[in-house]
Amino acid sequence: MSLKIENLSANIGDRQILKGLNLEVPKGQVHAIMGKNGSGKSTLAKVMAGHPDYEVTGGSVTLDGLNLFEMQEPDQRARAGLFVAFQYPMEIPGVTIANFIRAALQARLPEGEELDAVEYYEHLYKKMDALKIDRKFTSRAVNEGFSGGEKKRCEVLQMAMLNPVYAVLDETDSGLDIDALRIVSDGVNAMRSPERGFLVITHYQRLLDYIVPDVVHVMVDGRIVMSGDKNLAHKLEAQGYDWVEKEILATA
Amino acid sequence: METKPDLNIDRSVGDFHYDVDYEFDAGTGLTEKTIDYISDVKEDPDWIREFRKDALRKFNSMPMPTHWASHDLENIVFDNIRYYLSQGTQPKRSWDDVPEDVKRTFERLGIPEQERKFLAGVEAQFDSEAAYSNIKAAVGEQGVIFVGSTEGLQKHPEIFKKWFGKVIPTGDNKFSALNSAVFSGGSFIYIPPGVKVKHPLQAYFRINAENFGQFERTLIIADEGSEVMYMEGCTAPKFETSTLHSAVVELVALKGAKIQYITVQNWSANVFNLVTKRGLAHEEAEIKWIDCNIGSRLTMKYPGVIMKGRKARGEVISIALAGDGQHQDTGAKMVHAADETTSNIVSKSISIGKGRSTYRGLVQIGRHLKGCKNNTECDALLINTDSRTDTYPAITVRGKENACQHEASVSKISAEQIFYMQQRGISEAAAMSLAVNGFVNDLVQQFPMEYSVELKRLIDLEMEGSVG
Repeated sequence: MSLKIENLSANIGDRQILKGLNLEVPKGQVHAIMGKNGSGKSTLAKVMAGHPDYEVTGGSVTLDGLNLFEMQEPDQRARAGLFVAFQYPMEIPGVTIANFIRAALQARLPEGEELDAVEYYEHLYKKMDALKIDRKFTSRAVNEGFSGGEKKRCEVLQMAMLNPVYAVLDETDSGLDIDALRIVSDGVNAMRSPERGFLVITHYQRLLDYIVPDVVHVMVDGRIVMSGDKNLAHKLEAQGYDWVEKEILATA
Repeated sequence: METKPDLNIDRSVGDFHYDVDYEFDAGTGLTEKTIDYISDVKEDPDWIREFRKDALRKFNSMPMPTHWASHDLENIVFDNIRYYLSQGTQPKRSWDDVPEDVKRTFERLGIPEQERKFLAGVEAQFDSEAAYSNIKAAVGEQGVIFVGSTEGLQKHPEIFKKWFGKVIPTGDNKFSALNSAVFSGGSFIYIPPGVKVKHPLQAYFRINAENFGQFERTLIIADEGSEVMYMEGCTAPKFETSTLHSAVVELVALKGAKIQYITVQNWSANVFNLVTKRGLAHEEAEIKWIDCNIGSRLTMKYPGVIMKGRKARGEVISIALAGDGQHQDTGAKMVHAADETTSNIVSKSISIGKGRSTYRGLVQIGRHLKGCKNNTECDALLINTDSRTDTYPAITVRGKENACQHEASVSKISAEQIFYMQQRGISEAAAMSLAVNGFVNDLVQQFPMEYSVELKRLIDLEMEGSVG
């Protein structure tokens, strides 16, 4: 059981971003992807989620054997168990967080079944308390006027409420101060389970001190070029990415 | 003949029709003979017959307002329209007496059920005439009159004649002239001094026949210090050919009276909806229009308030949703004609696909007046790049110590926002629906509960349809 990416290639317009990417995240593990800006990390998250701007030109992604690309609509993939916490979450004016998450949960119920409102709010408040999100936020519009840190906490709240099987966290640490980083990481760690896999995309090693990964992958130019344990992240932090590129050239 | 109601009622809303035998049919086309036929059937008094004929002359002599309005108006073929269809002119007081084929239409639309649940009175119009009209006994005992226009002019001429055609003169525009020539149905309401009607009165306008024109005429008079809320709902089945709905609604709020008029229309995409609505507010009176325009091919409607007495107040709250191929040309008119009058306009429009929304606002505050205030807010929401929105405010503020404030905004639901919502498991249609409901949410909260639920449902249906 795993999130399995095989030989994945994808374009935006005429430009190829992913160039035959291979990666497998077994259920129960946390994998990190590190890489320089422009290496294609965020593209990978969006392609898996089904963003309309990207065209998949080859390869496959499967969730526990389920072919993701056979599901056209992003919402089908989400309901199949994929969650992406975005680097830049969108603002949705007029739609409150409470209504938004409720609609997302309602969408997962069989037709004709209604979400129990009382239970829903109890559950929501519990998760908000854990993430130290003020309850007043339930009536605020999704991400509208939120600080960077509030947006990220709201992403993790949604993840906690929607209970995905595989979660992709795209630069969830960017824009967070150290306290917020700890809160968000605690939220993610609380969700670590043998029944769930995480793919944590990050630019900096810092986040991985809080969310300790089982495997670290290095992405260069649309491919995973190196994998290792958490010490690989420390080495990247200390020495940068240049040595990785040299090593690839040497072995090529 | 369609006799079995389709199981999937919710999706089709008003899109169904039954074959009905009409006892009275004025045929197609509009001439003086059509007027005579209508007047004969309705047993109009002579002054009404003359009123109609005069209106017909005005209608024929007035050009289509295409120098400012949509050229789509030219596609209305007046000769192909049927101007009067009914099964009789007397509305029934009990649903049991309403002919079966008409009754099942209203049952399917849920009218008798709503009446039992939360209404003080109901009038249900089927094509040209009301099939049913009744008010709760307690309301009737307070002296409230709630009948059709024909019954109003025949039984209450002393009140009817005093105000009929006074707020909206026949020649106000080409379509008010047309309505004045062939009007039938609509409500006549009189609220005696000091009476506050607790529950809403409701009218439901249903078009059943193809190539038909519905021309109801509503006159509401709230006497001094009285209060009333009137709600109207409208539907029609979807025909290939165009259908015309052209109503005239006149409101009169005497000193200190309050009238709230709520419309939730859900016309099918073949309906030309060209309606003139205006209220006259006397001293310290308040008239509030809440207008929700969903559906239709072209809607042109600019509810107005003439604030004639000191401290009178006018308000228009409008929501327009223009789906693919639809044009919602709506707005408001506020005429300040006395000191210390205040008006408020809040207009929100949503354009989807090739849908088009236009806001036209007219605010007039005269030179000799003081202490008048107007606030206008108009917000447009565009869903996908083909949609279009235009704003044409016309504000004339003269005199001292008068204040006018105008705010307008245009926002978009981007593909990026839809994608974000879809990533959470919400379908594209539901995502658009959420965004639209969020956009109008603050206005919808002003509606009575039953209507806000209904409106949300209509928005959901419209969004489902727009994704296809």
